[in-house]
Amino acid sequence: MTLIGFLSYAITIFLMVAGLTIVVSWGNLIKTLVGLGIFQTSVYLLFIAPGKLIGGTAPIIDPRFTVYSNPLPHVLILTAIVVGVATLALGLALVVRIREAYGTIEEDEILALDAENPDDGGPRE
Amino acid sequence: MALAVVVIARSRSLFTVIILGGAYSFLMATVLTVLDAVDVAMTEASVGAGISTVLLLSALYLCKKEEAAPHGRLWLPLAVSITTAGMLVYGTLGLPAFNDPAAPIHTHVVPRYLNDVMRETGVPNVVTAVLASYRGYDTMGETTVVFTAGVGVIALLRRRRRQKQDASA
Repeated sequence: MTLIGFLSYAITIFLMVAGLTIVVSWGNLIKTLVGLGIFQTSVYLLFIAPGKLIGGTAPIIDPRFTVYSNPLPHVLILTAIVVGVATLALGLALVVRIREAYGTIEEDEILALDAENPDDGGPRE
Repeated sequence: MALAVVVIARSRSLFTVIILGGAYSFLMATVLTVLDAVDVAMTEASVGAGISTVLLLSALYLCKKEEAAPHGRLWLPLAVSITTAGMLVYGTLGLPAFNDPAAPIHTHVVPRYLNDVMRETGVPNVVTAVLASYRGYDTMGETTVVFTAGVGVIALLRRRRRQKQDASA
């Protein structure tokens, strides 16, 4: 495999690992969700980049063209984008609720508050 | 794009993080257009850069604007990530190269879709034809997912409004 053939995979892997690092190591919940979004977009790239053919065109049937890029990954990723925004909305609603119950959206502060009040599973407002 | 990601990781101001996330989504939409995925690019620009940014900003409005100082245990997650990257690189060594017309993705089921789509559905846009005609039930199931997420959000946020009313009464 040539270096150029590997480039799209390299970009995908860099984005994926960057998103993973943000999700795992930063304690702020909103930033974690942004990192999750970056991870998701790297998966879009992973699916769509192999479907591209240089010299091909977007998969809309027209007599003037004969080579089309692969339409199947596009369908899958359309579904993935919509499901991704649904999970993002649900995650943000959870973050807002956590902020109201605990007064913070930092993971280690929440854990400290939980350790102080082990009985009721967190402070009430 | 890589630059945007690195700044997102380093920045402590959540507002900067969210706006850069929107810019990152637009960049990704441009890349997708170059890769001939115009439908996906349009969805990414409207949903990824538009709706997601609005959702994040409205959540930020209800939360604190600044991130707390990071704690010192950064090397362990970094080590895990780099290990993952190494394994992924090893995995891609077995994959076909970019722009290889003989790759399985181009020879398996797609030629049938491209050849028969006009006769079977009459829709020139193959992505639309597969999404709404061949895989119509999947798309219907997807709306169920979105509906469930909407119900979850309403259930989480309605409880809060009731508590606020109780507190003021």
